[in-house]
Amino acid sequence: MRSLHASRLLLIGFCALVYFFLMLPLLVVFPISLSSAPYMQFPPPGFSWQWYERYLDDPQWIDSTWRSLYIGGATAILALALGVPLAFSLVRGRFFGRIVVDRAALAPIIVPHIIFAVAVYGLFAKLKLIGTWYGLVIGHTVLALPFVVLVITAGLRDFDRSLEQAAEGLGASRWQTLRKITLPLLRPSLVSAGLLAFISSFDEVVVALFLAGANMTLPKKMFDNIMMEIDPTIASVSVIQILLVSVVLVLIGRFGRGLKDSAR
Amino acid sequence: MAARGGSAELLIEGVGKRFGDVVALDHVSLSVAQGELLTILGPSGSGKTTLLKVVAGFETPDGGTVKVGGTDISALPPARRDIGMVFQNYALFPHLSVKANVAFPLEMRNVAKPETERRVAEALAMVELAGYEARLPKQLSGGQQQRVALARAIVFNPRLLLLDEPFGALDRKLRETMQLEVRRLQRRLGLTTIFITHDQEEALVLSDRIAVMNKGTIQQIATTTEIYERPANDFVADFVGESNIFHGTMSAPGAVTLDGGRTLVVRSDRQAGAKVGVLMRPERFASGGTNQFAGEVIESVYLGTSFKLRLACEGGLELLVRQPARGALPAAGAKVAVGIDPEAIHVF
Repeated sequence: MRSLHASRLLLIGFCALVYFFLMLPLLVVFPISLSSAPYMQFPPPGFSWQWYERYLDDPQWIDSTWRSLYIGGATAILALALGVPLAFSLVRGRFFGRIVVDRAALAPIIVPHIIFAVAVYGLFAKLKLIGTWYGLVIGHTVLALPFVVLVITAGLRDFDRSLEQAAEGLGASRWQTLRKITLPLLRPSLVSAGLLAFISSFDEVVVALFLAGANMTLPKKMFDNIMMEIDPTIASVSVIQILLVSVVLVLIGRFGRGLKDSAR
Repeated sequence: MAARGGSAELLIEGVGKRFGDVVALDHVSLSVAQGELLTILGPSGSGKTTLLKVVAGFETPDGGTVKVGGTDISALPPARRDIGMVFQNYALFPHLSVKANVAFPLEMRNVAKPETERRVAEALAMVELAGYEARLPKQLSGGQQQRVALARAIVFNPRLLLLDEPFGALDRKLRETMQLEVRRLQRRLGLTTIFITHDQEEALVLSDRIAVMNKGTIQQIATTTEIYERPANDFVADFVGESNIFHGTMSAPGAVTLDGGRTLVVRSDRQAGAKVGVLMRPERFASGGTNQFAGEVIESVYLGTSFKLRLACEGGLELLVRQPARGALPAAGAKVAVGIDPEAIHVF
């Protein structure tokens, strides 16, 4: 009994330590974002909303935030449009080289982002896509695709195909079956995949550094800001970004299929 | 093999199916009459489910034809076959309400709204689920889910109803209720029905006729009594009901000499010298009878209405006997004499 008690305490202590380690940046960032000092200082000498006001009053910050939001949204839509059919063919198709395609779909996770960014930069420079928002959407879609494929293939592997047979037996065409049965039942996976694709784009900085040009996304603007002038605005932007991503994660938890369900 | 009364509504001719080296269906032919309930009975792996999938259109046969009402449907996709099917796991659409599930086939057929409403209500009333329209499948018990599946399969007046082991997941009592209910509905609607099961008792309760399948071939198609009383071969005799099966040779007209040496008086017109199988059902033994057996009890079980005895008789014969439960259960080692009349012995 005693040793059980001790090991349990040890476990709790370890978990608390890990949790503390993960939360530490937040514990620093949150107070600084509310600091009254004109520069980075911890602990902050007093309370003020000034850095949030500066963020909201600066059109550059607001522009880059909107840009990140719609690039993330467009990336999610494009990644779903490509990834869902790809996932279907990987799970249900019986074509030559399926295994190769299956592995290749995950390649963007394996290839370092910087390598990918340099390569895409070379290509997009020729195509005159540097500095366009849709060029960045294309780049981000490549990075987001593995998440979509992973989540959707997991959802499809667990899918009870007798439901589709039942629908067809009851008179539904292939298309009607897909629209009325398969996709509605896959909705949690679709929601997770889309939101993950959104986050992967919203947080992405390496490819954005190369491709965004003057049209800055939020992470690129933050990067530039750190390079030029260090003031606590960056902390308030971080807090806003963290809150946004947290909201998305809560949405995944509520309406999506958790990654823990799809791990197989 | 044409069924009694009525024309063949479903006609399966020479249907074959291989999966790699495995022959799932070996030139299977059978016919089901209008309004008849035919059970396909067989152990798992016998090919019965494959046959059902071929009829429903989910599996393409390597050869042969499937005709419904005289029309060849072999090339039609499942959606255009007009066949209602109840799946083993019911396959109810989990995201749709009971009402939407039952309305689904009507919606796919572009039936008008008021007509759909009326027919869904009618089908749900038929399976005694009126009032459950708004529930989701997961909010229903197993028996209720099955009723919904049944309502969904009959609501569009299909040409054919297929039931794929639908009672497997239900407890015994509910299963018996549902069996009778399905039978009642099927008769009332005059639905031509194929029922798949591995449960021989269930087959005897429900069917007009039974097709016994094994290893991709049909062993025998006959009425329930015929299957039970006069099985065509060892497999059918053994698979359906409890049995004592022996092999021997016709030693004279009306006499079989078993391989162990014992001679039985039987009713059979098989020629002398023919190799035959002999089936004696355990419940057909009595105290008297033309063929007498004296034996020692090696095992005895009390079953409420009857005793089940395993007897070791002279000549190395081992018999399974059922006797009405009267008096004390014979203990192991007790001497018991039983007899059976020639009429009760089936020779095949």
